[in-house]
Amino acid sequence: MPTVLKEVDVVFVGFGWGSSILAKELVNTSLKMVGLERGFPRFTSPDFQSPNIHDELRFAVRKAMMQDNVREAITLRHSMSETALPVRRWGAFLPGTNLGGSGVHWNGQHFRFQEKDFVLKTATEERYGHKFLDALGLTVQDWGVTYQELEPYYDKFEYLCGTSGKAGNIKGQIQPGGNPFEAPRSREYPTPPLKEQYNGALFRKAAIELGYHPYPQPSSNLSVAYTNPDGLKLKPCVYCGFCERFACPHYAKASPQTVTLPIVLRSPNFELRTQCQVVQVNRDSTGKKATGVTYYDAAGREVFQPASIVVLSMFPFNNVRMLLLSKIGKPYDPQTGTGVVGRNYSYQTTSNVWSFFDEDVNLNPFMGSGAVGTMIDDFSGDNFDHGPYGFIGGAYILAAWTGGRPVEQNPLPPGTPSWGKGWKDAVRKHYGHVGQILCHGTSMSTRENYLDLDPTYRDAWGLPLLRMTFDFPENDVRMIRFCTDRALEIGKAMPGSREVSSKIYGQRPFDVAIYQSTHNAGGAIMGTDPNTSAVNKYQQSWDVPNLFVLGASSFPQNGTYNYTNTLMALNLHTADAIRNRYLKNPGPLV
Amino acid sequence: MSAISRRELLAKVGVAGLAAAVIPKTSAEDAPTLCIPTGDQSVVLAQETTHSEHENLKSDRPEGSEPSESNYVFFNREEAQFIEAAVARLIPTDQHAGAIEAGVPNYLDKQLGGAWGAGERLYTSGPWEPTRPGLGYQLPLKPGELFHTAIKAINTELNKSGRAFWEMSPDQQDEYLHKLEAGGVDLNGVPSEAFFEQLLGMTIEGFFSDPVYGGNKDMVGWKMIGFPGAYATYYELIDKHGIKFEREPVSLGQSHGLFMPNPNIPAMSPHE
Repeated sequence: MPTVLKEVDVVFVGFGWGSSILAKELVNTSLKMVGLERGFPRFTSPDFQSPNIHDELRFAVRKAMMQDNVREAITLRHSMSETALPVRRWGAFLPGTNLGGSGVHWNGQHFRFQEKDFVLKTATEERYGHKFLDALGLTVQDWGVTYQELEPYYDKFEYLCGTSGKAGNIKGQIQPGGNPFEAPRSREYPTPPLKEQYNGALFRKAAIELGYHPYPQPSSNLSVAYTNPDGLKLKPCVYCGFCERFACPHYAKASPQTVTLPIVLRSPNFELRTQCQVVQVNRDSTGKKATGVTYYDAAGREVFQPASIVVLSMFPFNNVRMLLLSKIGKPYDPQTGTGVVGRNYSYQTTSNVWSFFDEDVNLNPFMGSGAVGTMIDDFSGDNFDHGPYGFIGGAYILAAWTGGRPVEQNPLPPGTPSWGKGWKDAVRKHYGHVGQILCHGTSMSTRENYLDLDPTYRDAWGLPLLRMTFDFPENDVRMIRFCTDRALEIGKAMPGSREVSSKIYGQRPFDVAIYQSTHNAGGAIMGTDPNTSAVNKYQQSWDVPNLFVLGASSFPQNGTYNYTNTLMALNLHTADAIRNRYLKNPGPLV
Repeated sequence: MSAISRRELLAKVGVAGLAAAVIPKTSAEDAPTLCIPTGDQSVVLAQETTHSEHENLKSDRPEGSEPSESNYVFFNREEAQFIEAAVARLIPTDQHAGAIEAGVPNYLDKQLGGAWGAGERLYTSGPWEPTRPGLGYQLPLKPGELFHTAIKAINTELNKSGRAFWEMSPDQQDEYLHKLEAGGVDLNGVPSEAFFEQLLGMTIEGFFSDPVYGGNKDMVGWKMIGFPGAYATYYELIDKHGIKFEREPVSLGQSHGLFMPNPNIPAMSPHE
């Protein structure tokens, strides 16, 4: 029998970016809140400090900050006719764990989605008719929320983080130096852009020569010291080159540890419990009301925590899996296209281009930061006419070195031997003299790409693993080939470039062993119709109105950009609805 | 190398000394521009071991109480002989240090003898099926088990043919490694390409990871390419485009106290 605890007002499952921002927004209410985190507590000081944090082997190669797949993995198959096998080691994507979640090891790449992203189905049909969506078998949907509704929340999150950048469009006025393709923003970024890398400066020259519109990548690793509206202080980034897969020792990266936790953990109404593995959302006999959650504590003891509001805010996989394990919402059936939980799983479609320079061109990739890029949006989303092409969507093209880690950030020209003297000579010749360009593109949902529970493989608690059925849709394969060709043209035009090469990750079969992106999305998507979405525009379960499911699991398909800013805007939008409406009148918000 | 002959040394010191045999003798003698004091690290190790053995012989220690012949904790003698010979081909010694000088065998030994070898961060529940393109590693073997299994198969096969891997010429060794890499060789159930991938991957790790893990000795890998290691700030340098960064690299083991050299960016909690 589980230990039954005293009821609280809100219980959060997973305590990363999503939960902590919602808890922060509720901290001035009288609500009693409990945050359950499966991992360990950790803080900038002493846990993230130098020199230990500057350890490529431990954090980047061995992935010390990621979900322990000894205990919890997922399984993967490329089509419904195959047997899924476990993802025994993380590769393509890296779900984080421990307090702060993936918000600790993110790169701080801080973008907004574009207006059309939220109404993708409608906008695509308006511009191109039905030919694309039908011919390509895409199941893209409108989100049920618009960019205009989210703009204040994007703005709010950017000012909480102190995001560094240059506006390209303020209230419809195009701004020199910014991204002319961006959706209108209400004001300038809170802090100016980061310093530009040499790699980025060469890319900028090439992009301008080719008629494109380069701008500095928006970054939540800050360019200058900043005090946010909550009075929290962030420091300038020092370009140490250990950002992605690492935690920031310098208080320069916006993260739960720097932006939300300092406020939440100070509240007498909030209690954090770490090393708590939640296994189920419990419901009453009607099935329409969540009564709390069941978890195992660090010592393996079963505990029931009653709560009036349950918030799931884990990595998208785990949100979806918790719904399926708790039998909440009708599971998606790809044969009939009916059901909602697991529907419209999407990813990110990416490639790399490398431009090789002479040995006297020192690009110094180790002087880096997570979001220090110079980039163009000329081929993002619907920024160009897709009429002549057989696909929708697009990719941003970005030049950046997040670091120069020698084990993993060490590209070599095509044809280089993989070992021996030839390899060694090539490493010595090319390290530090390679320009890096990334294509980071949309991922469209299809009927066949979805999530459910695996029939065979189980986690350390004996529960079924999540099963991913996914391969890159033909639409996305065409898209990334097109955008990679554009990136190769820019790479060749970088002054001094001797040779270019490319690696397209967005090709079939999807290779789960090679890192691509940790922007897994969908599976508990938002929308306007309970028959085609699991949550409404406030990320509130259609079936269980006192259950909220936060994060990128809400995305009906994925946009061009790194998604943290968008899911946090959704979460702040949800927080407002809970605080201003739900608490006064609990029940469906739509 | 004192009065002791190379043959005697090998016989006495076993594994540690055998590395000397796999390094082309010319590597130390013909390399005036070596970036480490002596090109032949393992010979130094062998000399030290020999020296201590001489002292031991002089002592009154009862028979059987001599110190270990090597500092390997995971590899047995034949495994170490294969590993030392193989990594010396994967990252050979030239005018720059190779895998042997970098201590890659020691790195592999400590990794495989520790948590990583025992399956850290590896989902190890069955059932097991052969992998398919895109699905990554699917063998039931943890890294330590994989190395034991594969190397035993290699050594057994080559012993039957009369010539151990470490007795082959460098060209023959390369040919054999290419065969493993190409795949299709069954190593006691381990597809050779799966073993080779981990052997090569971990060799590169041992060459380029921080020296605290037992490889990249004296940061020879970093010095070869110009990676500065664990410096914490390039705030003043990142926009000086094209400069050549020539400071000595810094290891995690060295950089205490250096981590916040810019006093204007204090390493303190903003919330304190």
